[in-house]
Amino acid sequence: MIPFILPVLLFLVGLYAMVAKRNIIKIAIGFCLMEYAVNCLFALIGYKNGGIPPIFTKVPFPEASRLFVDPIPQALVLTAIVIGLGTTALLLAIALRVYEKYQTFDVSKIRRLKG
Amino acid sequence: MKGMTLIVKVITRLIAGYVFLFGVYIVLHGHLTPGGGFAGGVIIAASFILLILAFGSEELRERLGYTYSSIFESIGGLLFLFTALFGLFLGYWFFFNFLPKGKPLALLSSGIIPVCNIAIGIKVGAGLFAIFLALAATKYIMKE
Amino acid sequence: MIELYILLVVMFGAGIVSVAIKDLLASAIAMGVVGFSLAIIFILVGAPDLAIVQIVVEILTVVIFTAVLLRSTHIDETLESPPAVFPTVTFILFAILFMVFFVSALREFPVFGNPVMKVGNEYIKRAIAEVRAANVVAAVILDYRGYDTLGEATVLFTSVIGVLTILRRIGKR
Repeated sequence: MIPFILPVLLFLVGLYAMVAKRNIIKIAIGFCLMEYAVNCLFALIGYKNGGIPPIFTKVPFPEASRLFVDPIPQALVLTAIVIGLGTTALLLAIALRVYEKYQTFDVSKIRRLKG
Repeated sequence: MKGMTLIVKVITRLIAGYVFLFGVYIVLHGHLTPGGGFAGGVIIAASFILLILAFGSEELRERLGYTYSSIFESIGGLLFLFTALFGLFLGYWFFFNFLPKGKPLALLSSGIIPVCNIAIGIKVGAGLFAIFLALAATKYIMKE
Repeated sequence: MIELYILLVVMFGAGIVSVAIKDLLASAIAMGVVGFSLAIIFILVGAPDLAIVQIVVEILTVVIFTAVLLRSTHIDETLESPPAVFPTVTFILFAILFMVFFVSALREFPVFGNPVMKVGNEYIKRAIAEVRAANVVAAVILDYRGYDTLGEATVLFTSVIGVLTILRRIGKR
């Protein structure tokens, strides 16, 4: 059970950075940490003791069902990693625009809508 | 942004082609070895980003970078969509695997999977290159 | 699997460093440490597909972070005032509640190392016979679950459009 608790602690660290920090870059870092923690938890669920990656190297392979790790969490995480990159890029674009207009990254100093 | 020193420029000129070729290899063998469309597409984008980082963005013509990125990204997306819709036109369901599936472990096998991988590789590569250009290599001119 | 535990602890430590440190460039580098140790965890768990994608995505994320930070400041001035009280207290209460629920849900999980694999075994048995693809993960994401890949291509397209709209750039630098 220990390998399942550490990614959840990382998730809580990321959530703290998103909620209680005032710098936009720290908020973006917290978001990224939450993504990594969830992907790690998913990949750890599919692990089998003494398992090998689910790729056929010779056909037929009769011990496949006994030795392969679970392929379904890997398919879900593959999609999630690339979506995480897209979201991070969008968040950083917003941060760059905010800096260009207000010369600061502090969210408590951004009050009026300018321009 | 300015370019880097002479050593980096010489090495980049030698290496960028091989990185691109490696990305194309990972896209094409997606159904035989680990990798697939997404990993290969990001490696293809990385080879272009390497060129921009080493030579600086003064050598880049803005319009050309954005125009070709948009064209290739749209081509990749539309190719993926039409491959999926083609099964519907043939009378079966959406995403029907209509190409012939050869022997396993051959390069031309498993139906529409290589075509989909190529489409996704083009799309992801062009899209990520456009994101990098907008974030790091160009400047905003304020309209007064 | 002692390496797995060591890497998980390293990941957690680097996460704490990247949130608490004052210099923003150092936080970006600490985030790179988190990403690379996650890639090695993926290799140890038996997922080489995920390891390749995670390494290249992590490199791009660190490059984008550094590029954004070099065009603006990289010192975080908001740490000079003490952290706000209300969000921190709310977060601590929520974290305690969350951990209570998660530990009680952890009893329903399968033991680490023996997954249930009811659907996974069916996919493994049929991958060669129906799809003839040697990579079972590629067969799953492009043949059995193609809709999810279509959705992901759409999300990536939308995020590229969003970035290009927010940062309308003209001219050279």
